[in-house]
Amino acid sequence: MALLGAINPLMTSGWAGGDAGWRLKDYVARGGYEMLRKVLTEKVSPDDVIATLKASVLRGRGGAGFPTGLKWSFMPKNFPGDKYVVCNSDEGEPGTFKDRDLMRFDPHSVIEGMIIAGYAMGAARGYNYIHGEIFDVYQRFEEALDEARAAGFLGSNILGSSFSYELFAHHGYGAYICGEETGLLESLEGKKGQPRFKPPFPASYGLYGKPTTINNTETFAAVPFILRMGGEAYLNMGKPNNGGTKLFSVSGHVNKPGNYEIPLGTPFAKLLEMAGGMRGGRKLKMVIPGGSSAPVIPGEMMMDLTMDYDAIAKAGSMLGSGAVIVMDETVCAVKALERLSYFYFEESCGQCTPCREGTGWMYRIVHRIENGEGRPDDLELLTSITPNIMGRTICALGDAAAMPVSGFIKHYRSEFEYHIENKRCLVPRDVQWAGSTFYTGPSC
Amino acid sequence: MLSESSLKKIDREVAKYPAAQKQSAVMAALAIAQDEKGWLDKDTIACVADYLGMAPVAVYEVASFYNMYDLEPVGKYKLTVCTNLPCALSGGAHAAEYVKEKLGVDFNQTTADGRFTLKEGECLGACGDAPVMLVNNKRMCSFMTPMQIDKLIEECK
Repeated sequence: MALLGAINPLMTSGWAGGDAGWRLKDYVARGGYEMLRKVLTEKVSPDDVIATLKASVLRGRGGAGFPTGLKWSFMPKNFPGDKYVVCNSDEGEPGTFKDRDLMRFDPHSVIEGMIIAGYAMGAARGYNYIHGEIFDVYQRFEEALDEARAAGFLGSNILGSSFSYELFAHHGYGAYICGEETGLLESLEGKKGQPRFKPPFPASYGLYGKPTTINNTETFAAVPFILRMGGEAYLNMGKPNNGGTKLFSVSGHVNKPGNYEIPLGTPFAKLLEMAGGMRGGRKLKMVIPGGSSAPVIPGEMMMDLTMDYDAIAKAGSMLGSGAVIVMDETVCAVKALERLSYFYFEESCGQCTPCREGTGWMYRIVHRIENGEGRPDDLELLTSITPNIMGRTICALGDAAAMPVSGFIKHYRSEFEYHIENKRCLVPRDVQWAGSTFYTGPSC
Repeated sequence: MLSESSLKKIDREVAKYPAAQKQSAVMAALAIAQDEKGWLDKDTIACVADYLGMAPVAVYEVASFYNMYDLEPVGKYKLTVCTNLPCALSGGAHAAEYVKEKLGVDFNQTTADGRFTLKEGECLGACGDAPVMLVNNKRMCSFMTPMQIDKLIEECK
């Protein structure tokens, strides 16, 4: 589904044509590749490109929110060998589906962003690692690459300059862990996607042991727009320390699930209104504001928040990838957590003991509470497991598995206690997930 | 052995990586081999290993790590239904129940006529289109209402 709504759209400004507007000629007609041309023909220095990104306060759109300009400046300047630019399109964080639409409706914006990144960091080769389950999007991206090669935007001496750059797509095959940047690098090298210990960071030891910078798809797609409008103008679209606009994937109990582009700092209430409000007019119970790893926030608290990195962090959660999972009063907090815990158990790569054993342990406990077999000390047990996983693993998957558990228990402790004491759910079975509309059709 | 056309496709993948990094093409090579053979048995894995100059165990490690590779035979149509939370909120879990009942199989089972294998998916990355299903790792089906599911199963002869 194409874009459903936007305020001051940038990255989605070319989506109007839907599946008919993604080709190179359409992108060029919208002003595409002009920034690449400008950078190369006017010989804008790599330092100036990076300075513009720093001024824009573009923060990584994959989840961590690290400033992109700063990240690019970490790449060694006078390195004698190969350097790489890698795009992380392994979008598998439950609730997130923005990069899929970005590559589907405007793949050339990602390509242009990656070429400019190569120029700014002195890399001659890039890879876009694409989520396994979206084969049609991978195919389209390959076609877009062919178009860019044929038009001379990729290859040797691009647009008559001394800059040469090759770009390829790599198709994942189903492993959430490869969304972690060093797991992704291992996978790109043809191995199991088990994350590497950091340091060394990818900027010094990345793909094939060479300096590498990895950014999210949306981050690359924003680059040409930022260069066009200038860093400060981009920053001012959002709010201080939270530059620009961001894509939000809204899923769950809203009338119009889909992607929305809004300036950072826009109230959540406005986003909910754009998404058509609550399905069936039911009451908002809770929201996971940044993908399944982000701690849940109760509905009434969420209605007072703005959608930006700092506001959501202050409320005890994270903006993450911008995946907003909206849940109404028919959802049982225990059942919701049970499904998420199963996901992390299933996707743990098995490398670190606290995560490998801890995710299974947490799932089994939440599962028995949900199924009327909870024990009186189970909540105490769960809250003693989470701090023994967090910060004790090589990558953030351990934290990502523990945060939902502590978040749900923090805000919905009484529901867990009710389950344990009464061996049943607080939300009657026939009401539970009534909002799914699978059997009733979307109007109910 | 893999067919000429599969090997050609693998060559195209190998060309994407630096000459000394053929191993980077192993994921694509396994996917291509699986498309040809239906699933990955030990001989196919050995064949990919030989072609890329890798140890068979290193290829097996990759094949067993990523969950879209099938190390056991599957039906002609592999249906993967996403039941993760964002999808379940919009009918993903109900859709899986519906398919199970319709086909008379549970997850990881194949129908007696060998037509369908049912799998539970972990985030296909299309939560806004829920319920979603993936057919044979390639075709994403969105907004799968009972009627749409009936139609899909009818189509898959």
